[in-house]
Amino acid sequence: MHPLRKQRLQLVILLVAAAALVVGLVVYMLRENGNFFYTPAQIVSGEAPKSTFLRAGGMVVDGSVVRSDDSLWVQFKITDGVEMLTIEHTGILPDLFAEGEAAIASGKVDENVVLQATQILAKHDEKYTPPEVADAMNEAYKQKEAAKSGSYK
Amino acid sequence: MIAEYGHVALIIALCLSVAQAIVPMAGSFAGYRTWMRLGHSLALGQLVFVAISFACLTAAFLQDDFSLQYVANNSNTLLPTEFKISAVWGAHEGSLLLWALILAVWSAAVALFSGHLPLVLSSRVLSILGAISVGFGLFILLTSNPFARILPFSPTEGGDLNPLLQDFGLIVHPPMLYMGYVGFSVAFAFAVAALIGGQFDSAWARWARPWINSAWVFLTVGITLGSWWAYYELGWGGWWFWDPVENASLMPWLVGTALVHSISVTEKRGAFRSWTLLLAILAFSLSLLGTFLVRSGVLTSVHAFANDPERGIFILAFLGLVVGSSLLLFALRGPVVQRQQGDVEVVSYSGLSREMILLLNNVLLVSAMAMILIGTLYPLIADVLELGKISVGPPYFNFFFVPMTLGLMVAMGFAVFSRWKKTDALMLRQKGMVPFLISLGAALILPLFLAETISWESMSWEAYSITAAITLGASFWVVTMSIEDLWQKLDRGYSKRDSSKRGSSKRDSRLKNLTKLPGSYWGMQVAHIGIAVCALGVGLSSVYDVQKDVRMVPGDRVEVAGYEFTFDSLDFVQGPNFGASRGQISAYKNDRLVAVLYPEKRKYEARNQVMTEAALDAGLTRDLYVSLGEPLKGDAWAIRLHVKPFVRCIWLGGLMIGLGGLLSVMDKRYRRRRQSGAKLSAQSAAAEAVTQ
Repeated sequence: MHPLRKQRLQLVILLVAAAALVVGLVVYMLRENGNFFYTPAQIVSGEAPKSTFLRAGGMVVDGSVVRSDDSLWVQFKITDGVEMLTIEHTGILPDLFAEGEAAIASGKVDENVVLQATQILAKHDEKYTPPEVADAMNEAYKQKEAAKSGSYK
Repeated sequence: MIAEYGHVALIIALCLSVAQAIVPMAGSFAGYRTWMRLGHSLALGQLVFVAISFACLTAAFLQDDFSLQYVANNSNTLLPTEFKISAVWGAHEGSLLLWALILAVWSAAVALFSGHLPLVLSSRVLSILGAISVGFGLFILLTSNPFARILPFSPTEGGDLNPLLQDFGLIVHPPMLYMGYVGFSVAFAFAVAALIGGQFDSAWARWARPWINSAWVFLTVGITLGSWWAYYELGWGGWWFWDPVENASLMPWLVGTALVHSISVTEKRGAFRSWTLLLAILAFSLSLLGTFLVRSGVLTSVHAFANDPERGIFILAFLGLVVGSSLLLFALRGPVVQRQQGDVEVVSYSGLSREMILLLNNVLLVSAMAMILIGTLYPLIADVLELGKISVGPPYFNFFFVPMTLGLMVAMGFAVFSRWKKTDALMLRQKGMVPFLISLGAALILPLFLAETISWESMSWEAYSITAAITLGASFWVVTMSIEDLWQKLDRGYSKRDSSKRGSSKRDSRLKNLTKLPGSYWGMQVAHIGIAVCALGVGLSSVYDVQKDVRMVPGDRVEVAGYEFTFDSLDFVQGPNFGASRGQISAYKNDRLVAVLYPEKRKYEARNQVMTEAALDAGLTRDLYVSLGEPLKGDAWAIRLHVKPFVRCIWLGGLMIGLGGLLSVMDKRYRRRRQSGAKLSAQSAAAEAVTQ
């Protein structure tokens, strides 16, 4: 082969290999670090994987917030209108966290189906509901309605 | 009435920009000099009318004219005056008007300072800028009119500005960022004009370079301010979240940085021509993409976007038009630009040369941008394809971005010493030896002193941080290489010519050489050292950051990283449009009072919104950062105590990078060439006459 062509071929092979490596890494990292969102119903029914990092969201159930007296441990329940999911967290809750409002927790689900959250997010301002939560609530509402009309028949 | 004047002024500005888009361009093809010259006056006229429109909206805010929807949503009679002014760009409609205003400012600047450019070129640049402002003018008037009224039942009180935005940071951050974003439109216009004319040479690069550098300076400072604002205003001490909105500003910056380097190769060596043009197109396209991501609502939810698609579709269509047509033009004309007639010499460079190192810089920067782009768009694509709702976390971004930055820093050290065309590898090895040993020493030894837990008596390697070692090594490498190069330049003079006429004593000649160093050289040095300082801040603050969330009652004492924090008392204070619980927390080191901090928990009345106002004691080597969490039972509060070593270096470094860019914009070279630019333009006019 002509030396110049050989050089070019080597360059092309190198570039292809590098590109393949990069694409592989990107796909792998996206999989590793993409956190999926689950509704309380999906988690309680066991559809969501245990001990993988995930996000869950819903409305904080009225009267469910329990605080410890001597630490920052807190427990509360969230609901999508179908099921309730217990969440435990140690730390400071965000400014707009309140009972009856939307919240998203990220963490891992333990064996007792309790979400051990490392981070709690509340909505940005009083008008905004996180879209995932709104979608989940709408979905649950539709299913409920469908179930109701089904049972009457 | 004021609002209506503003509305009319905006419509007139749109009409002027339509004329600005068409007339000079048509003139440049037909050869009518009067038509071409018209672009300049149209650009100035457009600035006047957009400014009137902007002033009218500001007046509406100052007069609390709540019959305007936009004012009613974003202001309040109790809002302090400075925030009433910054509220003008606090939300969607107004920030687009600011975009339009800044575009008009850049266009007018091009019109005023392009006297030395060939008329064909400057008229085409202005025409393309005019076309962009047509797009934005239409966008504002059709989908996001800030002058829309609520009549007849207008509210008597406004909904107030989002409390997060009631801050000094928001007064300065968006205008700076937009100056950068929109500034790339000038680079874009230059690139498109070059493609249309089929001419892009060193002289050309020299004309475009100050414009590109100044846009890049604004963007650098804008991002730095944004990070600083997030740090103290969001209340929890983070300074970068890999949030899509932040990524939207970082991507044009990375491409802009690549462009700043690539155009220097084009100017000095005539190489990388089509690549430079592509980067200019890319930088502006990413600025538009950022505007699309932030302004269309597509980030909060793809579905929210689908429900109210008007704005999103408009920007998406505009984005598609700009990117599509400019890339098509690039595909058609790029090859023409690349092999240009009349090149003095064939551009060649060997495997090891400054060109090659700058190519590596460009590859790394553009790949970093691509990784961020994928990570930012992936959740949107997954949502559209119904693959599930995914958010891509910081580990993804850090995994790619950190090694690439380190690679850049290693290359940066060599780059200052490298020569155009061919660099001697042996020379680089010799020059790099001392800095390498110093950096290695710093990397091995300094982490021992930085970790508080390590003492000579009880040596433990557990707290020795590899991350800190790598950070210190890379930063010292950049700084020592830069200093060595500076020293050598002082010894031998900036260019070969200087070295022949060496002065009598060495010190004299050093001083003489010091004054001779050009602004662009100082710019490079300051910006590179700024990168090192910023990296040092990022690395050390994330390794040695200590954070404690604690429950405290007044009188409690908590130790964090060598500092004792006491919760002294809690009061209630009343602000202009909020009430706040204010804690008093004293910080002691070795029983000496270091600082008294007053963190607040504010409740803004109009929106009934609670906000954490952190208190901090800033220092070069460490920040003390205290914020109130939430009230617990009794007198107790959840309190977050932070000791953040070297966190200031992040923004100090950012400002140094900006200053470096500014120094190179002010390089005498660009001003001196302005006179000889007349000569050059005469030449290129002659060349054009020949080709036509």
